[in-house]
Amino acid sequence: MKFETPATENPIDQLKVIGKATDRVEGPFKTMGRARYAYEWHDVAKNPAYGYVVGSAIAKGRIRSIDLSLAKVSHGVLAIVTAENAGKLGKGEFNTALLLGGPEIQHYHQAVALVVAETFEQARAAAGQIRIEYEKAPGAFDLAAAKDSAPMADKITGGVAASKVGDFEGAFAAAPVQLDATYTTPDQSHAMMEPHSSLAKWEGDKLTVWTSNQMIDWGRGDLAKTLNIPKENVRLISPYIGGGFGGKLFVRADAVLASLGARAAQRPVKVALQRALMPNNTTHRPATIQRIRLGTTREGKITAIGHDSWSGDLPEGKPDGAVHQTRLLYAGENRMTATRLAVLDLPEANAMRAPGEATGMMALEIAMDELAEKLGIDPVELRILNDTQVVPDDASPPSKDDPQDRKGDTAANQAGKGKRFSQRQFIECLRLGAERFGWNKRSAKPAANRDGMWLIGQGVAAAYRGNQTTKSAARVRLDSRGGVIVETDMTDIGTGSYTVIAQTAAEMLGVPLNRVLVRLGDSSFPVSSGSGGQWGANCSTSGVYAACLKLREMVAQKLGVSATDAVFSDGRVRVGDRDVPLGEVAGSAGLVAEDAIEFGKLAKEYQQSTFGAHFVEVGVHVATGETRVRRMLAVCAAGRILNPKAARSQVIGAMTMGVGAALMEELAVDKRLGFFVNHDMATYEVPVHADIPHQDVIFLDETDPISSPMKAKGVAELGICGVAAAVANAIYNATGVRVRDYPITLDKLLDGLPDVA
Amino acid sequence: MRPFTFERVRTPAEAAAAAARHPGAKFVAGRTNLLDLMKLEIETPTHLIDVNGLALDKIEPTADGGLRIGALVRNTDLAADERVRRDYGVLSRALSAGASGQLRNMATTAGNLLQRTRCPYFYDTNQPCNKRVLGSGCGAIDGFSRQHAVVGISDACIATHPSDMAVALRVLDAVVETVGPDGSTRNIPIAEFHRLPGDQPHIDTVLRTGELITAVTLPKPAGGAQIYYKVRDRASYAFALVSVALVVQKDGTGRVALGGVAHKPWRVEAAEAELPKGAKAVAAFLLADAKPTDQNAFKLKLVERTLAAALAQAKGAQL
Ligand SMILES: Cc1cc2nc3c(=O)[nH]c(=O)nc-3n(C[C@H](O)[C@H](O)[C@H](O)COP(=O)(O)OP(=O)(O)OC[C@H]3O[C@@H](n4cnc5c(N)ncnc54)[C@H](O)[C@@H]3O)c2cc1C
Ligand code: SF4
Repeated sequence: MKFETPATENPIDQLKVIGKATDRVEGPFKTMGRARYAYEWHDVAKNPAYGYVVGSAIAKGRIRSIDLSLAKVSHGVLAIVTAENAGKLGKGEFNTALLLGGPEIQHYHQAVALVVAETFEQARAAAGQIRIEYEKAPGAFDLAAAKDSAPMADKITGGVAASKVGDFEGAFAAAPVQLDATYTTPDQSHAMMEPHSSLAKWEGDKLTVWTSNQMIDWGRGDLAKTLNIPKENVRLISPYIGGGFGGKLFVRADAVLASLGARAAQRPVKVALQRALMPNNTTHRPATIQRIRLGTTREGKITAIGHDSWSGDLPEGKPDGAVHQTRLLYAGENRMTATRLAVLDLPEANAMRAPGEATGMMALEIAMDELAEKLGIDPVELRILNDTQVVPDDASPPSKDDPQDRKGDTAANQAGKGKRFSQRQFIECLRLGAERFGWNKRSAKPAANRDGMWLIGQGVAAAYRGNQTTKSAARVRLDSRGGVIVETDMTDIGTGSYTVIAQTAAEMLGVPLNRVLVRLGDSSFPVSSGSGGQWGANCSTSGVYAACLKLREMVAQKLGVSATDAVFSDGRVRVGDRDVPLGEVAGSAGLVAEDAIEFGKLAKEYQQSTFGAHFVEVGVHVATGETRVRRMLAVCAAGRILNPKAARSQVIGAMTMGVGAALMEELAVDKRLGFFVNHDMATYEVPVHADIPHQDVIFLDETDPISSPMKAKGVAELGICGVAAAVANAIYNATGVRVRDYPITLDKLLDGLPDVA
Repeated sequence: MRPFTFERVRTPAEAAAAAARHPGAKFVAGRTNLLDLMKLEIETPTHLIDVNGLALDKIEPTADGGLRIGALVRNTDLAADERVRRDYGVLSRALSAGASGQLRNMATTAGNLLQRTRCPYFYDTNQPCNKRVLGSGCGAIDGFSRQHAVVGISDACIATHPSDMAVALRVLDAVVETVGPDGSTRNIPIAEFHRLPGDQPHIDTVLRTGELITAVTLPKPAGGAQIYYKVRDRASYAFALVSVALVVQKDGTGRVALGGVAHKPWRVEAAEAELPKGAKAVAAFLLADAKPTDQNAFKLKLVERTLAAALAQAKGAQL
């Protein structure tokens, strides 16, 4: 079905199942250990062999020689895959660097060999016996050093790389109040619980890979492309995923190497990336340097807003889209953004939860706090003052089919200026949040509050994230007993996809939730939106909605009535005085409907975005500078909330990740040796329970008929955007120390704290 | 991981004999550190001697009013022991500030003392590290050194000793009891137990090959207010950036040792005379010869301020 006109009233609006806080339908499987993750398919491949990945010991250069002689004769070894013996490999459309390196090395810990053995321990032992001689080449590893010579990027995800409206330079120069500040954000690792893992099995020239991947169809295509085999010959199965955060959007070395290993060993092969390989072997969120310039009237109206951003990646890589929200969030006649991309020889940069806005808001929302102080205006009021209901600079239309589309939409640069947001309750979020948080009790003067040894402060930041829509298909079966089975290659990365999809089918067909069985993550199912860019819940349920509509029509047709006259409820269908159990209509053959939702011009006619506000209170230890978050509140306006329980879990998780970004997460770059040094979970710190205090989430009651028939939008990435800045602003309010370089570790605060010794 | 052989022993004498038979052997207790290092081929013993069957898991009073802690007493049990909590609060607090509940349930007193550094270059076998491979260089000195030592360093190594427990033992003047492969016993004061890196950073302690730790003894209680103040980047489950173990008496005299700043728990007895003058004076004395890197120079200020916080806490006062 094409979605071209705003949604009108439809069966979802009954809200008998949708919109209710619902426990995860797959929850019991997970708690009982029966949900099978990629490494745990013990029954589909009896007697699998185990692979162990060897990562490059250098960042850039060549392999001069590999000596496999000792490893080959090591106990239990079945095969060793290297670029030398793997045959000709292609490169996936979504990969920047090769997933099996050699002889050329593109980055540290790039996979250079896979040892396959009878047991994991034997594979690991043999891997230690491989001797590799490298020839190092000099590389660029320092973003700050590469900054000034970095060229303009081609595009950013979802838009163009640079934009201009009016006369920014002139207006900024003339503005009576100016802010010009530079902020930095570090490289970050997804650090999800489950490492990238795959079990590969060949049957003739057909390959099945049980894996952990957010985007089944992209993965299927790229795995085929890498192995130079037809896409039809590849099947991916990924029903349960232990977190991804964007790190599993793309096929990675585990899937490619398991497939090659299985071919070489003529046995099914399992590969899980070793934890210590993950930060350098896989993708990461790139570091940014961001310069923000804001010019205002004395009353605080923005007249000039400029955002320059720099990030780095391997040749042919992608920039971080940090400037994205600056085109959309605040009013202002004169505007500019520019995105520059340096070539760095660090591992591949790519998407991580809310790519673009996550980093962009870290900078922009400190800048707004600094501006508020300069103006002597409350930071909540300053944001409200500069609200806009029309797009001030639409350089970022969501692309139609593929939210990660590399081509971008350059012609659209100015095209959408002045178009309306489909929904924009930004002011409402700020006002409600301020009231619930008790914002009026905050002292505008920094370093004014103390609780024992702790300096107390509060901070606010906007939350903003685009709402992207993309085609999504599903198949729905109705059986003779009235049971419903939904099949789509959509994934559940811990977000609750199973549950919202079951809720959608239950609502549409009028059956109880427990009569719906949802099957996900299999490339033999219809192609869905997949999970990424917070588009998954809205798009995949819309696809299920489309398939269910079709099924309703089939039911009506069987009864010889019009679907609009039929009432589906309690597992029955009623028309006039006929009242038939659904199973009876389906008959012994059952009914099967398949359809897709395809998003049309609405996505271009309106700007679709999600909004929110984050409020944070911190304590900073007066002596040691340790920051501990004391309470957090997020208010979100993100369309219809399909399952408030799962949505809340997503937002508190995102807030937690935002605390990590604010206070501790940083991949430390060794600028001489060219790698991320802290590449394990002991040294790359993410928040632990003790770091996370009371968290509150409020969802505004909103529906967005422009977005989809579900009238929903994404929310899981909105939850992270702005959090770190709210923490940073709270730290400033507590201490009077303004830190513009994330993470805000205590060493950056010590010099500004009161004398205690 | 390299292949190795394995045996269990039941008496210290058996352990000593086993060690004498196998020159490349290592003892293994709680396994929370050694096995990780073996998987990464940082440690490559050819033989493991499991000492968990030794009856060294008791905490007993000594004749002079102290406590004798068996080498196999788990960190959890030691931290929870009533006598330790009452009379050696700094030790109980240091233990509880370390690792996680699960790890402390496994970790032993001896193993904790002998845990190896957490320097990330030491952990990555592709990188230069004199502690791992003597003569290969030090990755950290001009690299990522935020966590590293600021005092007692050498040109060869700037690693810290990561144990929290050891810092408390240092301030309590503990003694490490051992038995050698030849059956001879030694009592090693904790002050002499851990080494500075010098030009032999691959050697962490004065233990000899095959020497088994049997117990750690504490002298009679030191009294006073006992504080362990650990500063880290997150609230739990992280190694110290800096830690302070402090015992202060009512008259303002006391003892202080630092963690996170050196290759061993850092105590300079002469600095303690400055305690009545306050944190600044003591810190200046303790860190007089500090040679920090750009990345860890903040530790100098942090020590001073953490000590101030610990002193205030000891007084029950606020800064
Ligand atoms: C994720 C993580 C976080 C941690 N965080 C902290 C922290 O914050 N603070 C902290 O202090 N520690 C921390 N630790 C370290 C932990 O305290 C140590 O791993 C533990 O104390 C080691 O004790 P074990 O008994 O398991 O030693 P093992 O791993 O069994 O042995 C360690 C060493 O001691 C030797 N050994 C053991 N017993 C004897 C004996 N009787 N005689 C002679 N040699 C012996 C072994 O040969 C080996 O070399 C952490 C560890 C991990 C994994
Ligand atoms: S500081 Fe010591 S442990 Fe770390 S790399 Fe240098 S020599 Fe190795």
